[in-house]
Amino acid sequence: MEIIKLLSGNEALALGAYHAGVSVATAYPGTPSTEILESLARFKDIYAEWSTNEKVAMEVALGAAYAGARSMASMKHVGLNVASDPFVAASMTGVNGGLVVVCADDPGIFSSQNEQDNRHYARLAKVPVLEPGDSQESYDIMAYAFDISETFDTPVLVRTTTRISHAKSVVKVNKGRIKATRPLGFRYDVAKYVMLPVNARPRHVFVEARLLKLAAYAEDFPLNRQEWGEHRLGIVTSGVAYQYAREVFPNASFLKLTMTYPLPENLIRRFAARVDKVIVIEELDPFLQESIQAMGIKASGKEFIPRVGELTPGIVEKAARAAGLIGGTVAEQAETVPNLPKRPPLLCAGCPHSGIFFVLSSLGHRLVLSDKEGKTAKEPAFTITGDIGCYTLAAYPPLRAMDTTACMGAGIGQALGMEKAGVSNKVVAVIGDSTFLHSGITPLANAVYNEGKITVIILDNRTTAMTGHQEHPGTGISAQGKETRAIDLEQVVRGLGVNDVKVINAFNIKALRSAVRSSLDNPEISVIIVRGACAVRLTAHHEARIIDTEKCNQCTLCLQIGCPAIQSGNSGVYIDSALCVGDACTICQQICPRQAIGPQSESKATRA
Amino acid sequence: MNKSDIIITGVGGQGVILASDIIGEAALAVGYDVKKTDTLGMAQRGGSVLSHVRIGPQVSSPLIKEGTADILLAFEKLEAARCSHYLRPGAIAIVNNYARPPLSVNLGIEQYPSDGEILAILKRRTDRIYFIEGINWAERLGNMRMLNIFMLGCASVFLPLKVGTWQACINQHISVSVQQSNIAAFKQGRKEIRNVSL
Repeated sequence: MEIIKLLSGNEALALGAYHAGVSVATAYPGTPSTEILESLARFKDIYAEWSTNEKVAMEVALGAAYAGARSMASMKHVGLNVASDPFVAASMTGVNGGLVVVCADDPGIFSSQNEQDNRHYARLAKVPVLEPGDSQESYDIMAYAFDISETFDTPVLVRTTTRISHAKSVVKVNKGRIKATRPLGFRYDVAKYVMLPVNARPRHVFVEARLLKLAAYAEDFPLNRQEWGEHRLGIVTSGVAYQYAREVFPNASFLKLTMTYPLPENLIRRFAARVDKVIVIEELDPFLQESIQAMGIKASGKEFIPRVGELTPGIVEKAARAAGLIGGTVAEQAETVPNLPKRPPLLCAGCPHSGIFFVLSSLGHRLVLSDKEGKTAKEPAFTITGDIGCYTLAAYPPLRAMDTTACMGAGIGQALGMEKAGVSNKVVAVIGDSTFLHSGITPLANAVYNEGKITVIILDNRTTAMTGHQEHPGTGISAQGKETRAIDLEQVVRGLGVNDVKVINAFNIKALRSAVRSSLDNPEISVIIVRGACAVRLTAHHEARIIDTEKCNQCTLCLQIGCPAIQSGNSGVYIDSALCVGDACTICQQICPRQAIGPQSESKATRA
Repeated sequence: MNKSDIIITGVGGQGVILASDIIGEAALAVGYDVKKTDTLGMAQRGGSVLSHVRIGPQVSSPLIKEGTADILLAFEKLEAARCSHYLRPGAIAIVNNYARPPLSVNLGIEQYPSDGEILAILKRRTDRIYFIEGINWAERLGNMRMLNIFMLGCASVFLPLKVGTWQACINQHISVSVQQSNIAAFKQGRKEIRNVSL
């Protein structure tokens, strides 16, 4: 039976994997990949987990594949950096049951720290990579991916991008779930699974031979597709770039590649021979173009198609016109409107991170030092190394309370590095609970071992908030909603050997301030766990705060929290009662020098 | 079967994505090809939200090319101005007459454009601009969260789908307890857009 559905790429990948018989699925949340595992976790007849990080996710999936199950690990592009060690190792040992690794790149950097083209990982690890061009292909591709994995004894990389993962398009769902054909059970085979040098050397020979076989397979891979139009222009393309190219060049001939490593050399040669000019249109790096050029085929693309940022139909059209590939008149000017106020994302009203960052900002002389242009007159009092999560938003004005953000877990190691380099002030590392469990434990162990004096602040909001509230080991609830064992952060930190550990309520400014002061004064390593539930999870708001205009002298200190509920209108500062979470927060009330902020009920009582 | 390219924009939390999902599902239900995609940066944190919905006999790109959108549905005025370059000349712009100043404006770093400036920016692309008192209507209808369905009602009169299709899709996407009130909001939106003069 066939059902027509409107699915996002991520939903389609998950459904495709389910129908292809996946039985173990792992992931760490990361935009734009998160919904893949969220969708899979809804199927109760498979095992799906949030792993502590991508490396672990890869290893769990690999173990399941060794045991004969069809398994899958999904992650964002930088997640594969974390998981690269077991990923490359998996290429060496091969699999047993199929292993598919899905990584979602983020061209345009919508919610990441960089943009990178993960197709390079296919070449590095010598594994095949498949790139879907819409949700239908995302659905269809998974059955091929598992078959290729088992046939060729290799992990298979499926690479999507934000615009594939998060765009919805029509999918014909025409399969049911197939049963696994491989018998379950681990088969003893030291030469294959134990990568001692004596075994690894012959495995490398196997891997090279496998690549040649995969290249031969790619020649007839059904999703590598030629579409013939005019022979004047032949466009080689992959992923979502195909969709843009289709609109800009409605009459050209296309070679739409879905398996983009290893490449089908003969197919590409035959296509190139039948067209006057070969143009390669791809997002980010000239991955296809350089390989095609290395075959001795004349091809251009990145000479005029940007290699930075996300492509759009408009960008491809502009580039094609500049390169003289399309004629016609320039479409009517549709330039963006300059100089409009920007609207970046913010910490929410009632965010448990706001209080601690306000304290760090005020103790660190960041509030008073900054003028309207965001410049500071002198250096802040101490350095704050940061990490990846909602709290990275504290780097924006007015808080300006984060000095570095590189990658997951980096802040703690960076803080120790600054200290060892000899900076005169104490260095504070700030990291979220999910991020700490992801990759903050090993650098903290390193800091204890190497006698660091840093202060580490763990922002424990009891969820993985930025990616949409996924569970993690600290919450004790599994991806499939089962109650499991929760990891106690305080015990972990003490177990690593930190003696000065404080657990502080995220909404108590006085306690936060004295905790930070005392940690900064401590000549030894210290950890502050700042605990408070994520505001997005609050179901009811009680007693929105209001500002008593008679007491308020418009000092605007409350605006320095950066709370979106506190706004400045023509008649002065006011609190938007629809956004304020009221009793659950009260940070503005605690910092107001004139006690002008309070609950509505009290204020009315006073007036009466 | 005609194509319609629709840009929906607003601020995180206003229900832009639900509105665009409903348009996509409704179009699919009557046999259109559909692609839709949301650009929302770091999700639900009060930032700008932009949704592209494309319906037609066959759709390739999920992103709408600048200068070609048929309809702009904006839940906030500054965001309407920000997205105006997507409109084709003579397109329809439906703008909630509501300003939510971003933090940079509250802090005095940047200035919110005046109504005149916003109108001038939109007029560079089209004269068919409908300003809607969406917040007033949502309040009157009893719940601020129905703003998106009310605005969807406004846009629906310009889309080639029947009222019954819309209602079925709205009901699929919201919980039973608020279905009736949302359908009322949708119908009020359809009525209101006809009362607004250009």
